[in-house]
Amino acid sequence: MIAVSILKRLLMAAITLFGVAVIVFVLLRVVPGDPIAMMISPGASPESIAALRAQYGLDASLPVQFLVWLKAVVVGDFGTSISLRRNVLELLAERLPATLELAIVALLVAVVLGGAVAVLGTLLRRTPGEPVVDTVNGLCLAVPDFVWALALVLVLGVAFPVFPLSGRINPGVQVDFATPFYLIESLVTLRFKVFADVAAHMVMPVLALGLPLAAIITRVLKEALLEAMVQDYILLARLKGMSSLRLVLQEALRNAIGPTIALTGVQFTFLIGGTVIVERIFAYPGIGNMAIDAVINRDLPLIQGLVLVFGALFIVINLLVDMLVVAFNPRLRHG
Amino acid sequence: MTASLLSISGLSAVSDREGGMPILRDVSLSLERGEVRGLVGESGAGKSTIAKALLGILPRTVRVTGGTVQFEGRDLLTMPARELRDIMGAQISLIPQDPQTALNPGRRIEAQLTDGLRLRRGLSSREAHARALKLLEEVQIRDPQRVLHAFPHELSGGMRQRVLIAAAFALEPKLVVADEPTTALDVTVQKQILRLIRDMQKVHGTAVIFVTHDLGVVAQICDSVTLLYAGKVIEAGATADVLQNPKHAYTKALMAAGPRYDRPDAGLEPVPQAVFEQLRAEIGIR
Repeated sequence: MIAVSILKRLLMAAITLFGVAVIVFVLLRVVPGDPIAMMISPGASPESIAALRAQYGLDASLPVQFLVWLKAVVVGDFGTSISLRRNVLELLAERLPATLELAIVALLVAVVLGGAVAVLGTLLRRTPGEPVVDTVNGLCLAVPDFVWALALVLVLGVAFPVFPLSGRINPGVQVDFATPFYLIESLVTLRFKVFADVAAHMVMPVLALGLPLAAIITRVLKEALLEAMVQDYILLARLKGMSSLRLVLQEALRNAIGPTIALTGVQFTFLIGGTVIVERIFAYPGIGNMAIDAVINRDLPLIQGLVLVFGALFIVINLLVDMLVVAFNPRLRHG
Repeated sequence: MTASLLSISGLSAVSDREGGMPILRDVSLSLERGEVRGLVGESGAGKSTIAKALLGILPRTVRVTGGTVQFEGRDLLTMPARELRDIMGAQISLIPQDPQTALNPGRRIEAQLTDGLRLRRGLSSREAHARALKLLEEVQIRDPQRVLHAFPHELSGGMRQRVLIAAAFALEPKLVVADEPTTALDVTVQKQILRLIRDMQKVHGTAVIFVTHDLGVVAQICDSVTLLYAGKVIEAGATADVLQNPKHAYTKALMAAGPRYDRPDAGLEPVPQAVFEQLRAEIGIR
C-alpha cells in the first residue's frame, strides 16, 4: 500500500521534471539571445561561429537538440557550461550545498522564530501585548526578502558593520574543506572559529530569507492556535490543572500545526526561489547567484541544469511536507 | 450548622455584551453530598451560566452582581485564582456536552485520561496507566487496553462519553457538573450513559449537578430539581414532589409539552402563551 503510493509519487515526480525540462528547453531557445554571440570576439568569421555552434550542438533542429540533451541527462551528463567551460554537474555539486545550507538555516530560523511568536501571541490573547505582536508581525509580512536584504546591508553592514557584507567565508580564513557543506563540516570537525566565520556570513541573508517566512508562520499558526484554544478539550485540560503555556504546547499545537506545515512547505519553495536575488545581493556563492550569471550569459546547459535542480528540490520538499502532515495527524495515518 | 456541599445564594449576574441584561436573578440552591440535582430550563434560562460559575469559567462578558457560591463553606467567586485552580478538576469536575469536541483529536486516550492523575496526584505513568485501566473498566468499556491506545476518532460517541465520564471521576471529585451530557448522543446510548452516571455517582458518593432541558432525564436520575426561566428559579424541590405535584403553571405546561412515548399520535403541546406572560409578569420583564 505504502510502496504503491511511493511509486506513484516517484512517477509523478519524473513526469513533472520532464515537463519542466521541456518548457525550459523550449523557452530558452525561443527567447532572444544567442549564447554563441556572447562568446565570440567581435568580427569573428561566420565559419568560426558555425564551428562553435556545431561544437555545442546548437546547429541541429530543436527536437533533436532536446533528445540529445535528454539522453545525456538521463545518464547523468548535464553537458558543459558555455560561459564557465566546466562540467555542469560539477558546478552544481559545488554550489548547491551553499544554497541548501542557507535555505535550511533560514527555514529553521523562520520556524523557531515564527513558532515562538505565534505561541507568544496566543498566550497574550486579549492583552495589550496582542496588538503589538500582530503589528510587528504584519510589518514583517509586508516586507519582501530583497527589501529586507537591502535594509540589512544598510544597517548591519554599512551603518553598524557588525556582519560581513558578502561571500560565504572570509578569504583570510585558511581552511581546506573536504565537502562543500562549510557550515556543517566546520561544526562537525569542531573548528569553531571557522564555523563562526561561516555563520556570520550567513546571518544577513538568512534573516532576509527567514523573516518573511517567520511572519507567515506566525500568522497562520497563531490563527490556528486561537481556534484550537476555544475547543472543549482545552477547557477540560485547563480544568485538569494545566498551565496556559502547557495548554498551548501540549494540547493546541498538535492540532493547529497541520495547516502551518503544509503552508510552510509551499512557502519554503518560494524561499528557495528567493535565494536567487538574496544570494546576488550578498554575493553568496550558491546556485541562485550562479543562475543569474547563467541567464545573463545565455549559458543554456547551465540554465537547464539549474532549473532541473530547482524543480527536483521543489518536488522533494513537497513530498516531505506531505509526509510530515500525515505524521502529525493521526486521523490521516490509516488508509 | 452543617454546611451543605454546595450552597448558592442570591446569585445574580448580567451580560455586559447585551447591555447589562440580567441572566441570573437572585438564584439560590443547595446541594448535599451525594445528591443529584437537575438544573432545568430552556436555552437562555441561565442553567449553563450556573454550571460555568461552578467551574470558574464564566466568560468575560458575564459579570456577577451579587450573591455567593459556597463550596464546602468557601466562596468560589472571591477565592484567589490559585486556590480555585486547585479545586477545579480535582474537587469539582465536568462531564461536557459534546464528546466529539471534548477529547483532543491529537492525543491518545491514555494521555488524556491520566493528565489529572499525573499532574494533580503525582502518579507515575505506570500507576496512572493501572488507574486508567480500572476507570475504563468501571465505565464498562469492553476492551480498555485497546481504548487506552486509541485516538478519539477511533471511538464511537458513546465510548467517548464513557471515557469523559471516567476522566470526570478520575480524581474522586466531590461534585461533578454534567452539562447536558446526553444531548449529542443517540437515544439508545443516552439511556446507558444516564444509568452509568447514576451508577458512578452512587459508587463514589459524588454529588452531581445535572444540566438539562429534558424533564424526562430529570425523572430518571435526579433526586431534586431546580427549574429556571430567564435566570430566575421558578420551582425547586425533590424530583418526585415537583414532577407529581407541580405548583407553577410553567412546570405543568412543560410536563405536558413533552412527547408521550405511550401515545405517539398525541402530538406535541406547546407551552401556552399565557404561561409565558405570567412568567414575565412575575419576574418583571416585558
